[in-house]
Amino acid sequence: MSKFRTNILICGGTGCIASDSDKVIKNFNLILKARGYDEEVQVIKTGCFGFCEQGPIVKIEPDNVFYVRVQPKDAAEIVDEHIIKGRKVERLLYEEPRKHEKIEQHKNMLFYKKQLRIALRNCGLINPEDIYEYIAFNGYDALGRSLTKMTPDEVIETIKKSGLRGRGGGGFPTGLKWEYTRKSEGTIKYIICNADEGDPGAFMDRSILEGDPHSVIEAMTIGGYAIGANEGIVYIRAEYPLAIERLTIAINQARDLGLLGKNIFGTDFRFDITLKYGAGAFVCGEETALINSVEGKRGEPSNKPPYPAQEGYWDRPTCVNNVETFANIPSIILKGSDWFSSIGTEKSKGTKVFALAGKVNNVGLVEVPMGTTLREIIYDIGGGIFNNHKFKAVQTGGPSGGVITEEHLDTPIDYEHLIEVGSMMGSGGMIVMDETNCMVNIAKFYLEFTMDESCGRCTPCRVGTKRMHEFLEKITSGKGTMEDLDALKQLSYMIKDGSLCGLGQTAPNPVLSTMKYFWDEYIAHVKDKHCPTGECTHLAKYSIDPDKCVGCTACAKVCPVDCISGEVKRTHVIDQSRCIKCGACFDTCKFSAVIKP
Amino acid sequence: MQIKSIEELKKIREKSLKKVNLREHGEESGDQIEVLVGMATCGIASGARETLSAIVDQVSKENLENVKIIPVGCIGYCHSEPIVQLNIPGQNPILYGKVDGEKGREIVKKHIKGGEPLKESIIDASFDRA
Amino acid sequence: MMANDLPKEKFDALEKYIDSFQSTKGTLIEVLHKAQDLFGYLPRDVQLFVARKLGIPGAEVFGVVSFYSYFTTKPEGKHSISVCMGTACFVKGADKILDQLKEKLEIVSGETTKDDLFTLKEVRCIGACGLAPVVMVDGKVYGRVKTDDIDTIIDTYRK
Repeated sequence: MSKFRTNILICGGTGCIASDSDKVIKNFNLILKARGYDEEVQVIKTGCFGFCEQGPIVKIEPDNVFYVRVQPKDAAEIVDEHIIKGRKVERLLYEEPRKHEKIEQHKNMLFYKKQLRIALRNCGLINPEDIYEYIAFNGYDALGRSLTKMTPDEVIETIKKSGLRGRGGGGFPTGLKWEYTRKSEGTIKYIICNADEGDPGAFMDRSILEGDPHSVIEAMTIGGYAIGANEGIVYIRAEYPLAIERLTIAINQARDLGLLGKNIFGTDFRFDITLKYGAGAFVCGEETALINSVEGKRGEPSNKPPYPAQEGYWDRPTCVNNVETFANIPSIILKGSDWFSSIGTEKSKGTKVFALAGKVNNVGLVEVPMGTTLREIIYDIGGGIFNNHKFKAVQTGGPSGGVITEEHLDTPIDYEHLIEVGSMMGSGGMIVMDETNCMVNIAKFYLEFTMDESCGRCTPCRVGTKRMHEFLEKITSGKGTMEDLDALKQLSYMIKDGSLCGLGQTAPNPVLSTMKYFWDEYIAHVKDKHCPTGECTHLAKYSIDPDKCVGCTACAKVCPVDCISGEVKRTHVIDQSRCIKCGACFDTCKFSAVIKP
Repeated sequence: MQIKSIEELKKIREKSLKKVNLREHGEESGDQIEVLVGMATCGIASGARETLSAIVDQVSKENLENVKIIPVGCIGYCHSEPIVQLNIPGQNPILYGKVDGEKGREIVKKHIKGGEPLKESIIDASFDRA
Repeated sequence: MMANDLPKEKFDALEKYIDSFQSTKGTLIEVLHKAQDLFGYLPRDVQLFVARKLGIPGAEVFGVVSFYSYFTTKPEGKHSISVCMGTACFVKGADKILDQLKEKLEIVSGETTKDDLFTLKEVRCIGACGLAPVVMVDGKVYGRVKTDDIDTIIDTYRK
């Protein structure tokens, strides 16, 4: 490939540069030259290996040896030992945190192997607009087998035994839902796919519909066969035009091949799918509200019972499942319930897709077996916290969930454990926050969301969330009292107890969980009139530490209101009366001389 | 054509398999090269359309006839969009991250035509698929 | 202004669409989607037209229009600027971006500038979390936006 016998790949990603990889590169070049190896060994600066917390990373090729936390002074040892004598430098090899075994080849490293893709199995692999590619990867085989070799009850039994639970948030066993709908009386039944992904920060359903629409079509057809429905409806967000387009193409292709329509696989079973568009209402994720919306009405929830399995769409028995839930079904039919239930924890089987975002290096979709810990997701797969900041909390479950702190990072993720630590699974949003995020502000953000999205049907949710938001607004602008904190807490419990549907019942969760774990921040806002992170601009205070200030004038230059004064090489001072608390000086100072308290 | 039995499905699968064998294992006796471009909303938002058309353009400029360009969904690596996967017969599939139009052209020129991967843009994607 | 805004051809197209259904039961939301596609927004006259065609009270139509955030009763500016207020964008400072836009355009979210050039909107997660914070102008996505970038973005559309 090239005239060099060996390549030394050194990570030049942000994380590694922050930990001196530039100097490492320079030293390697100098030493190779000094030892006379610069003609046969090449030093290459690479993109991020996605493993920033162990940086700087050095990889030797073709030996495929992976060194971590390499300091500039280590360059000489690696060249002398590894490059010249062919001996590995043991102390710099990656050490698996659990087994304390040194691992040299990075394909074997735990963090690359943590993901298992079932729901996302075809995403990014096949052309979603070509049904033949889906068929090539065993597509529609599960449908063929279900229709020709299994009875509806056997299909339901397989799903029940697999332990699959609803991935939209509730975690209700899918097989049971199918069974209830099958057992309900009536000749006309419906199966609905909930593709109204509403959690601000989750997008796995969109990715599945855009990347592998046939898996959802196949699973809905299997579900229709199992519960006795001939009509399927996908309720999809109008804000997802690409997903709508690809799903429409896929449905037409399936019809052309006779995989939707009459006499599917030569049997008596007929099934077809239509699309209905949502119009932007978070509450429509709740199944009774969703059904009202599919009927063309305001998407307000109804009382349960009757459950949709008894009286749903146009009062007929209806089964509502989420996109990700459906995407698991074909694999379960093909590989069996034992295979699926062997993955995951005691009560939560299989995998879950998370939308990992926020202050983490590798933002993206990850699919991991249930029971994987938050630490593994954030640090191993997510590559650690962005810009070498410090982890503060991770928010799961979207507006219905809560925050999880450092002490619970080793909690294995499943439905029960997340509730135990005060959050919930939700649809799989996972937002990582660092020390610069104010928890009171985050709580206010979520309350603003639920306040906007409250459908207005029941008073505790409609009025309660508005009052809660007012309290939080008061607290973040420095006018809160201790009595307000008490009232906020009391109100939270009232809304939880009194609301009609899941939206209201879970709306106070972000406040309750931030109060539980970050009470001191609430106190700081109320008693000291101070926001420790500076995010609540009314309560931020910036000052300059005279011991650290070197008088470089950088802060004075960026200040938009010119309220920082000082001469070159003299300590600078912020005029508090004119400061607008924008934080520009804090971000600019290279000497950490601007302090927030 | 309508599929009316599992056997017919199997036949279609076998026919289609030839199309995708390369994708997973790099198993392919022919010389057909595949370029997979991640074209979900996130990819497009990061400029995957420009990448795709640059690759198409460059492939035709270089008169490469054995290259097939396929739009695919999202692989979940939002941090590295736009993403391009290159499958060359007999080699492990290679995943490129942050491929803008210019880099797309470079991949065609250097890797597909010249046989030299663009090391600095390669990202890792090894997870098990069910 | 009103007459130009609501031409007869568009009403005819809407009527044709409604007539294409075998039964109009449960089709209200689909019809409103179509109407908003045609007119750009759902003014009172359009809502009443839909009510008459479907044989339902105007109040029911308005009830649905006001319930869903996708439907709008006000005409929009030439360009729509949407600031993603999904959680991922929020923790990366989308609120500061929004504040800056409000100040520059001198409007609040949901409003249109006096020159009818821009409508400012807050949207929930557009699914480009890897690029957070994100601003979308018409169909184009601007990723990793900083407050300093706002002027440049607005100016691109001013001409």
